[in-house]
Amino acid sequence: MRVRTRVMSAVTAGGALLALSGCGAADMSKQASPYANAEGAKTVTLSVQSWVGAQADVAVAEYLLKNELDYRVDKVQIDEVPAWDALSQGRVDAIMEDWGHPDQEQRYVKDKKTIVPGGDVGVTGHIGWYVPTYFAKKHPDVTDWKNLNKYADQFKTSESGSKGQLMDGSPSYVTNDKALVQNLDLDYQVVFAGSEAAQITQIEQFAKQKKPFLTYWYKPQWLFEKVPMTEVKLPAYKEGCDADPAKIKCAYPHTPLQKYFNADFAKNGGKAAEFLKNFTWSEEDQNEVSLMIADKKMSPDDAAKAWIDKNESKWKAWLPK
Amino acid sequence: MATATASSPVRDTGIGALLRHRAVGKLLLLALAAAILVPIANAKWASGAWPDALTVDLTEPLAKTTDWIIDNRDSHPLFIYFLGHVSNAIVLSVRGVYLVLLAAGWAGVTIGAGLVAWRVAGVKLAVLASSAFAVCGLLGMWVPTMQTLALMIVAVLASVVIGLLLGLAGGLNDRMFRILRPVLDTMQVLPAYAYLLPFALVFGMGVPAAIIATVVYAAPPMARLTALGLRGADGGVMEAVTSLGATGRQRLFSARLPLARKELLLGLNQTIMMALSMAVIASVIGAGGLGDRVYQALSTVDVGQALAAGIPIVLLAVVLDRVTGAAGERTGAHAESTSPLRGWRGWSVAAVATVVAALAARFADRVDWPTGWVVNIAPSVNTGKEWMVDHIYTGVPVVGGTADWAANFTTWFLNPLRDGLQGLPWWSVLLVVAALAWLIGTWQTALTAVAAMAAIGVLGVWDKSLDTLAQVLAGVAVTLVLGFAIGIAASRSKRFESLLRPVLDVFQTMPQFVYLIPVVALFGIGRAPAVAAAVVYALPAVVRITTQGLSQVDAAAMESTRSLGATSWQQLRKVQLPLARPALMLALNQGVVLVLAVVVIGGLVGGGALGYDVVFGIAQGDLATGLVAGAAIVCLGLMLDRVTQPTTRRGHSVKKGA
Repeated sequence: MRVRTRVMSAVTAGGALLALSGCGAADMSKQASPYANAEGAKTVTLSVQSWVGAQADVAVAEYLLKNELDYRVDKVQIDEVPAWDALSQGRVDAIMEDWGHPDQEQRYVKDKKTIVPGGDVGVTGHIGWYVPTYFAKKHPDVTDWKNLNKYADQFKTSESGSKGQLMDGSPSYVTNDKALVQNLDLDYQVVFAGSEAAQITQIEQFAKQKKPFLTYWYKPQWLFEKVPMTEVKLPAYKEGCDADPAKIKCAYPHTPLQKYFNADFAKNGGKAAEFLKNFTWSEEDQNEVSLMIADKKMSPDDAAKAWIDKNESKWKAWLPK
Repeated sequence: MATATASSPVRDTGIGALLRHRAVGKLLLLALAAAILVPIANAKWASGAWPDALTVDLTEPLAKTTDWIIDNRDSHPLFIYFLGHVSNAIVLSVRGVYLVLLAAGWAGVTIGAGLVAWRVAGVKLAVLASSAFAVCGLLGMWVPTMQTLALMIVAVLASVVIGLLLGLAGGLNDRMFRILRPVLDTMQVLPAYAYLLPFALVFGMGVPAAIIATVVYAAPPMARLTALGLRGADGGVMEAVTSLGATGRQRLFSARLPLARKELLLGLNQTIMMALSMAVIASVIGAGGLGDRVYQALSTVDVGQALAAGIPIVLLAVVLDRVTGAAGERTGAHAESTSPLRGWRGWSVAAVATVVAALAARFADRVDWPTGWVVNIAPSVNTGKEWMVDHIYTGVPVVGGTADWAANFTTWFLNPLRDGLQGLPWWSVLLVVAALAWLIGTWQTALTAVAAMAAIGVLGVWDKSLDTLAQVLAGVAVTLVLGFAIGIAASRSKRFESLLRPVLDVFQTMPQFVYLIPVVALFGIGRAPAVAAAVVYALPAVVRITTQGLSQVDAAAMESTRSLGATSWQQLRKVQLPLARPALMLALNQGVVLVLAVVVIGGLVGGGALGYDVVFGIAQGDLATGLVAGAAIVCLGLMLDRVTQPTTRRGHSVKKGA
């Protein structure tokens, strides 16, 4: 008997849940995080990308949202493409730093109109191939791609076998490196570190021993402060030269980084939305915060505070009037 | 089993000869088949690589499926009238539990957990439970811990309900049982990473997809053990109950389920452990909580921070494991206690005390964990890691540094193994698989294994899969060597074993993300650190099974050899190891399965091959790459499982129950 009442109550509870979720049509485009707005606090959910620059953006935004505007901030780390999907469903409210995803933009901003652009971050991103500066100084001609084959031997590792190693990073990064190596006839093997953390750790190890290496890397990035690196010149980028992924023979473009908001949040997000729209800062600002987080191992919150204490005039301008 | 032990030594030679004979026969048959089929295959597709004509490209249809889901998610009835409700219900339940936990505050949760542990498992575990939660607070992880706990409670409840239903079906119906077994097998071998993305697309990023993925992974042990418990019900009792005129349902609720209580609790225990191990993986699609903290720390290469978030996961696992384990041991040992606090009285005392604690904290305005009570362990951990890396990475006299080991391991072991496997003609790989699987099992096992391997070729990832296979084989080899050595040592010294136990606990439950960075720092990027991470993960299980297998060897047999003057080494070699063979085989099988489970994670540190493809699939929202690689891992797992798991001839285990 008792078992039956328990089963009954479970069924009732399940039914009640369904009823609560609004019988009839469920709206898949309005799915806030279950942790949002708990205990009557207003919450903003920000997506954090895996690189430290994006973490710096989020850290400063979070600190100001919390302390100046009285919001609670939930952070979720997801890779870029899934983050766009989460943004369109309202599971996150904003992406603070996007490196250009034309397919996603077409789909969600232009076609479905569930995401709206949030303006520039103020930082320009650039992807390229880098060698450590200590190596470039000794062998100045390594900085032109035409001479790379000469050095392939020195870039060999156990992982790349008989070829030189070109280290690539996280699978979420935009990369044409495999095609580039092939189309430019380079005697290199692309080895994927698999995550930015693994790549940074490996670069730091190489630098400690002053070993030569060739890596895919990007600016702005705090690691340059610790391990100075020099870019290798690839054939110049021209508009449209990267249109066909299989035939690419040119360098990566310079991309002004963008913010994106969930359309609903942009409209009804009140002060938080307005503040995030106003948020722009320079590369130096971002690097300063990034370095504190990643190298000095300060908590993002402390790092943000340190920057905020010094730059009142900058962030005051972002606050909604 | 029964027939094997009953047979006398005289008959044993007969069976042995027969067995040998049978093995030869199997091989001859295979050779015959090969002699006919190989020339045909060779004539048609001359090169040794998997023939292009036999592959199916799934890129196009899978990409179309993704587009269809995204375009129809907001409008198609399937979503708005069914799947949408499922994910909304999940979000609401998690939110409900989370709000309750927040309302209880740290005082309510800490004391409540202690009291629950006290009621089901005694005072010692109550102290453990409460202090574990306090440590979570001390580490500054209170809120993420509560988020993970809310996620866990909902996921475990759902897994248990679904597992129970499946188990009931399988336990009461023979045909269901047969259908269910391969389904459950697949659910467990499937790398969670591979199905995170499709679930996230269908049910929405974050919590809903995470919960459903967790249920897929964690429900099978509950289902298996429920079915096992129900089938194992004592025939005599069942007959007695039937003769008393009980209806089917009464029989189930009054006799069969209570008799299976032990198995049910073990199932619950297993389900909880597996659900917790998903908590971190699910953070990749934004499930939040502790997993997310580990993952975020990983991206700043902050081992200390990752550890601070990993410890609460270990603590939750240890507490839940011990408490459910103790509850399992207590049932059956009937309550002889006459204390005034037994039964519902004890529970009401616990409930009242919890509410009082929660309210007290609320009135004292101390609902949140006080920020002053946080200990930051990250800096010292990071200093420790730096020191380690600086001193043993390279150039250590005589033994060489860890980086040199890794390079040598890659050059002299992994590379030849991979190149060798990839250089073999495809049909010879199938033949070897068939021979191995047939020798150890039945012709059905062999067929499954070959089919699984062939499916990999058809999916068009033959070379990558052999690369992965090479890593798995290398990982298993290292794991077995270390695992057997440590296991033998532990079985010979009680003190070593008890020292080892907490270490094994930690390594078994610590999220793999936490030790990825130290592994890279020590071994560089590439396949070597991926193998190292896999070894760390698989070692505890192998050590445990080996120790247990060796310790359980018949004491009389050990005693008699000792009296015959055998040395300890002879004893081990001639008595213990042969007698513990089934346990060692199980250790091998578990080693293979667990190493394979880390292959995906290895993709994050440069393991490449299938693991990288799966990670790539999630990162780029590319269903085609991710799912195909995931399916190939499943096939590899299936093949390896069949090749390493001796199958008892059918009809043995199915007889009981009904």
